[in-house]
Amino acid sequence: MSLLRLAGVNTYYGEIHILQNLTLDVGEGELVSLLGGNASGKSTTLKTILGLVRPRTGAVEFAGEDVTQRATSYRIARGIAIVPENRRLFAPMTVLENLEMGAYLNRDGKGRKEDFERVYTLFPFLHERRHQLAGTLSGGEQQMVAMGRALMSHPKLLLMDEPSMGLAPILVERSFEIIQQVHQAGVAMLVVEQNANMALSIADRGYVLATGRLVLEGPAKQLLEDEGLRKAYLGR
Amino acid sequence: MNLRLVRGRTADVLFYAGIAAVVALLLKEALTNPGHWSLFFQLAVDGVTLGSVYALIAIGYSMVYGILKLLNFAHGDVYMVGAFIGYGILTLFGGAANWTIPVWLLVALMFGASMLGSGFLGVVIERFAYRPLRDAPRLAPLISALGVSFFLQNSALLLLGAQFRAYPFGLIGQGGVSIRTVFISATRIFVIAGAVVLMIVLTVFVRRSRLGKAMRATSYDREAAMMMGIDADRVIASTFFIGSALAGAAGVMFGLVFTEIFHFMGFTAGLKGFTAAVVGGIGSIPGAMLGGLLIGLGEAYATGYVSSTYQDLIVFSILIFVILVRPSGLLGTAAVQKV
Repeated sequence: MSLLRLAGVNTYYGEIHILQNLTLDVGEGELVSLLGGNASGKSTTLKTILGLVRPRTGAVEFAGEDVTQRATSYRIARGIAIVPENRRLFAPMTVLENLEMGAYLNRDGKGRKEDFERVYTLFPFLHERRHQLAGTLSGGEQQMVAMGRALMSHPKLLLMDEPSMGLAPILVERSFEIIQQVHQAGVAMLVVEQNANMALSIADRGYVLATGRLVLEGPAKQLLEDEGLRKAYLGR
Repeated sequence: MNLRLVRGRTADVLFYAGIAAVVALLLKEALTNPGHWSLFFQLAVDGVTLGSVYALIAIGYSMVYGILKLLNFAHGDVYMVGAFIGYGILTLFGGAANWTIPVWLLVALMFGASMLGSGFLGVVIERFAYRPLRDAPRLAPLISALGVSFFLQNSALLLLGAQFRAYPFGLIGQGGVSIRTVFISATRIFVIAGAVVLMIVLTVFVRRSRLGKAMRATSYDREAAMMMGIDADRVIASTFFIGSALAGAAGVMFGLVFTEIFHFMGFTAGLKGFTAAVVGGIGSIPGAMLGGLLIGLGEAYATGYVSSTYQDLIVFSILIFVILVRPSGLLGTAAVQKV
């Protein structure tokens, strides 16, 4: 059974038809890449999953439940978390406060303490810098805060929006190592990327979007060798 | 595009020169007449009292701006409603001359009712006048705010009439404290202390509480806050409740000190509160407190040393000067454009 399922989703911004009849799914514990060039609808897909935009037709199902009409906070509470594009940290707040915001819906004190410990074990750096303002950290460090913040809600599904954007190559590699680590801990992931080779090298499966339409899907290995992938990026 | 008239070092020089000029003028007034030191401090007491009221109003302006980037022009009228709710409680318990319950209970009820009532009024205003326009161009909610302002003023006029109503003089107590020649009435001590307590509670709340942190997160980046599962609508409603409750408290405080209230009082007070928020750095809570204090002091010294005719001229000159040399206010941070 799939954890997340988009079924025939059509999303509009005003009159502009962004996502066109999009169907995709992510299984429990699976790592799926969603690829595509600029303005292909990748970010809109994530917003649709989170409920920040609502599809005009089609359904969003999560953990066996139709959440299409549900508020974002409800979906987050069910176990979705996101590392947004450009990280979107709360820059004038401390690292600790950023992590607390990640655990906003988790009010149980004990569970929360365990979440902090888990995140601090994964990123000892965050514990060291917990009282520093998030905006004063470097790009790579901010990426860790954003990952930690998303993991504070111990999600079943983690959405990653362009984890490689704006990072030095060595940090991109490190970032993908962490993604694999989190994935191996049993968290399902949907990784949105422009960097197709990197994203497919760690993924189980992949989808390729072009101008709001799914043009290609399949096991990651197969996609890496597919001629269509290159085409989708370079345009037709 | 940068539209600032003066910038960089020129602005800094002007800023410090301005401060030096004000200090020099005040010192000159106080020194040329040795007896004037007592006037100087007496005016300071007036200024701090007035400043407390302005600061409480300014906080609401600033919090709402911080979270919605909206200038809530109805805020001054919420303050007016708060003053009238306090007056209503007073009337309910025997009127301005012979109240029927202990004074401390009466005052507590006045503040409680005024803060709750104003708070809910703020939530209702947000729900019906601003929320439907959340995604509209920014001019639309601004006009809606002006509409709400007129609506509240004229409703008060219709229901309560145009005449002044008076809080009893010295309700808190007729006495006070004398430090040499400077007299501080019990009412003023009460009002200043009350404002300070409210501001401390607010500061701790915003820094430490779960909701307070959610408010800060939402004001920095609403969409990112929603991605954390924060219910932005609820956070915005809470912001309106708190800001409006503080304005209600300010209304009762004004009544206690200056006794006369009327349906149009929110207009000037709202403008002063707004000025205080901008001078301090709109969006910043400590800035609103500092701005309120400065505007209050400015007004008191303008009245005492120059003439009450010119008090508003001087207050708004402070605004223009600060905006000229510190466009983001004294404690505001320069707006960083997101790329």
